[in-house]
Amino acid sequence: MTPVPRVDIAIDAQGVARRFGARWVLRGVDLQVRPGEMVGLLGANGSGKSTLLRILATLLKPSAGGATVYGHDVVKSPDDVRRHIGFLAHSPGLYDDLTARENLQFGAAMLGLDHPDLDAALERVGLAHVTHERVRGFSAGMQRRLSLARLVLANARVLLLDEPYSNLDVAGIALMNELIGESVAGGGAALVVLHELAPAAGLLDRTITIRDGRIADDDAAFLEPDALAAAGER
Amino acid sequence: MAWRDDWRRVRAIVWKDLTTEGRSKAGFNSVAALGVTILVLFGFALGPDAQALRDAAAGALWLAVLFAGVLAFNRSYQVELESGALEPLLLYPGARWTIFAGKLIANTIFVGLMLVIVVLVGIVLFQVRVPDAWPTLILVLALGAIGLVSLGTFYAAMASRSRAREVLLPLLLFPMLVPVLLAAMSASKALLSGDLMHEAPAWIRMLVAYDVIFVVAPLLAFEHVIEV
Repeated sequence: MTPVPRVDIAIDAQGVARRFGARWVLRGVDLQVRPGEMVGLLGANGSGKSTLLRILATLLKPSAGGATVYGHDVVKSPDDVRRHIGFLAHSPGLYDDLTARENLQFGAAMLGLDHPDLDAALERVGLAHVTHERVRGFSAGMQRRLSLARLVLANARVLLLDEPYSNLDVAGIALMNELIGESVAGGGAALVVLHELAPAAGLLDRTITIRDGRIADDDAAFLEPDALAAAGER
Repeated sequence: MAWRDDWRRVRAIVWKDLTTEGRSKAGFNSVAALGVTILVLFGFALGPDAQALRDAAAGALWLAVLFAGVLAFNRSYQVELESGALEPLLLYPGARWTIFAGKLIANTIFVGLMLVIVVLVGIVLFQVRVPDAWPTLILVLALGAIGLVSLGTFYAAMASRSRAREVLLPLLLFPMLVPVLLAAMSASKALLSGDLMHEAPAWIRMLVAYDVIFVVAPLLAFEHVIEV
């Protein structure tokens, strides 16, 4: 089914299904995220959250159904989609033998940025003191921060974040929330895979729960303070 | 402008590949060592007969480059695979052929440096007399290296998604390389023996034709090969 392009909707997934071999990981997911909205994607391990995110990021093709990002089809116009998204995966995706600054410099060149302010991006994520050090010696948290700096440079309208809080300390979590908050406040959208709600508690507009490859829950009311506190205890 | 962005991406890939390789050095050292070892083994196997050594020099040289090259091609995507950097690389907007072009240039420089070492060692070990037509011989080496590297870089991308990539790459690559290696080896042999039969120009024309095909086709097909 070909989705009708809607540019007033940041992410529009209709009947997205994906199988690996004989196993269906996603079985028809309908999902919409509007500009200015941050949506948490919840679910048990293997429920299909990361697969959905990877389809929206054009890293995987759906076996059935379709999705658009700001009206651009993820299968037919993947390059247009890539111009709008900032994707943060489990692994930081950095080059160990390059310095922090060189990693960003490479990212900026690949993004086609003319005059990127690399130092400001590094300063923003708290890595100004290790600008010229190789990533090989970085902790997992520092690598996460450097991945964040790459997102800062990309200045994407849609953030697709897969467990963005992992390996981050309290300050790192605050930084992540600050960046997501700024993006969403500026009319961007964020779809965030979460294992626990607590780190993103103050920011989420809505949560969607995936169970067995289907949307089991799409609930803004879920984020009422009492419900949120209860969810954090689950 | 699109071409400016594409060129910037190509340069970024070349710079990144050569910088990471230059800093780790593990790849170049092992590739060059393998190439030299193969030549030494051939030298010993052929014995002290100077004429036999000279006759076998071109074949031994290209076989050394082939086997050492496979090691290099496997490494060219290993950095991305080990660090999980392949996905971010694929997520940058812009033409995917620029990734291939960048890796092709970086690998050509890498294999070119290895070729210099292997040729110098080969000249000494195989008691080769440098021919008068040495510029043409350099042209043949360059053309052969480009064909080898282009196909190697392309098939390494194809094999990179497989767990058995080290085994898969030679299986895919070697049959496709036969025409390039045959032409490069025959042209080199003819030039090293003085090209009395004027065979070299025909082999060189064939090499040019193969290079054009083996560079253009992977550039066009790369996007589909690297697709998840």
